[in-house]
Amino acid sequence: MRRATFAVLATAAGLILLLSFKPHDVASADRPPAAIAPATAPSAQDGSVASGSDSGSSGGDSGTRAGGSGSSSGGSGSSTGSRTVTGDAVDTRWGPVQVRITVAGGQITAVDAVVVPDANPRDREINSVAVPILTQEALAAQSARIDTVSGATYTSEGYTGSLQSALDKAGL
Amino acid sequence: MRHVERVMGTVFSFDLRHEPSEELHAALRGAVALLHQVDAVFSTYRVDSPVSRLGRGEITLAECPREVAEVLALCEEAAAVSVGYFTGAPGGRLDPSGVVKGWAVERASALLRAAGATRHCVNGGGDVRVSGEPEPGRPWRVGVADPCRPGELATVVSGRDLAVATSGTAERGPHILNPHTGAPATGLVSVTVVAETLTRADAMATAAFAMGAAARDWAERQPGLEAFAVAPSGATWWTGGFLRYGLVEPAQVPKPML
Repeated sequence: MRRATFAVLATAAGLILLLSFKPHDVASADRPPAAIAPATAPSAQDGSVASGSDSGSSGGDSGTRAGGSGSSSGGSGSSTGSRTVTGDAVDTRWGPVQVRITVAGGQITAVDAVVVPDANPRDREINSVAVPILTQEALAAQSARIDTVSGATYTSEGYTGSLQSALDKAGL
Repeated sequence: MRHVERVMGTVFSFDLRHEPSEELHAALRGAVALLHQVDAVFSTYRVDSPVSRLGRGEITLAECPREVAEVLALCEEAAAVSVGYFTGAPGGRLDPSGVVKGWAVERASALLRAAGATRHCVNGGGDVRVSGEPEPGRPWRVGVADPCRPGELATVVSGRDLAVATSGTAERGPHILNPHTGAPATGLVSVTVVAETLTRADAMATAAFAMGAAARDWAERQPGLEAFAVAPSGATWWTGGFLRYGLVEPAQVPKPML
């Protein structure tokens, strides 16, 4: 379990490297470093950084300023049996990256980026901080624990049977 | 406290993370009344609404309720920053709908906040404004519907005090026109915009959708605005700063092993 957790942590960090930097990686043949340093793992797993299939170039902004996000969500596990594991910050050429996963009942319930490179000063203009990096499993509506749904405007008829409708009902 | 209201041809969901109180019930009633009032003034489906009459030249702007001028100014602003991809007169007919819903939700959200409901979410037909956080220490999580796979999510936007608007063809087909060609926009299947206010996010999502693929570079240049889009091929792209709020390209995320 312990080893597996670190493997996941490494994978999560690798994913963040992959997903976070893909837009910036276009001009360079380099792959994002797979340097992962789980908090107390004796040896880092491979970050399993796959090459992205992102096509097209991003609009630049390959900023390198590092910045800790001020107050990302939550502390350690609040509910019974859940715990969080935070990896060491990994220095990349874009700045430090640090992830934290929450595990409950043998399942990852959250993967959060504790520190992400703060490429654009304008990113800070929006008053928000958390950047959870969710796993595919967590993306399923239920396990992602979403509060609401944004989607192309539905008609009154389209609302019926929508995910939002289900959420409204569940909350009533 | 939850409330669902059908108005403006769609459904508005209110989610107030507070203990019910008479004050908050009153604020909620006020917010709902506001939406109906906005609909009465701005609906282009009501032939007798001030905006319909203004569009037909039966009355002047000065004769309209004051907020009509405010909304038309917002339309002009949106048109300017989007290089004409947003328009308050699609097809040449006065129709500020592209701004009205987001603006109305923004006003409803402000009204709730002023009444002390600092932790709430207002969802107007898929366009979302969140305030504060749903519970201490946790951000709101706004799932973005996958336009290609009904019931699934393309990404999740997470944060506090922000707005998330999505434009796309999934629900109503190709209904957004490219103002520069007059033809339905088909360059994207869906685009989601994150900004500080829904007034802005809603209008810019509409504009970005009309832009199609060009929206990517355009969105990167807009301060305080992030975007995530799904192309007709199913490929997705996002602006650099989007990763501060949301994430994920599910197909590329390996299943965790535990």
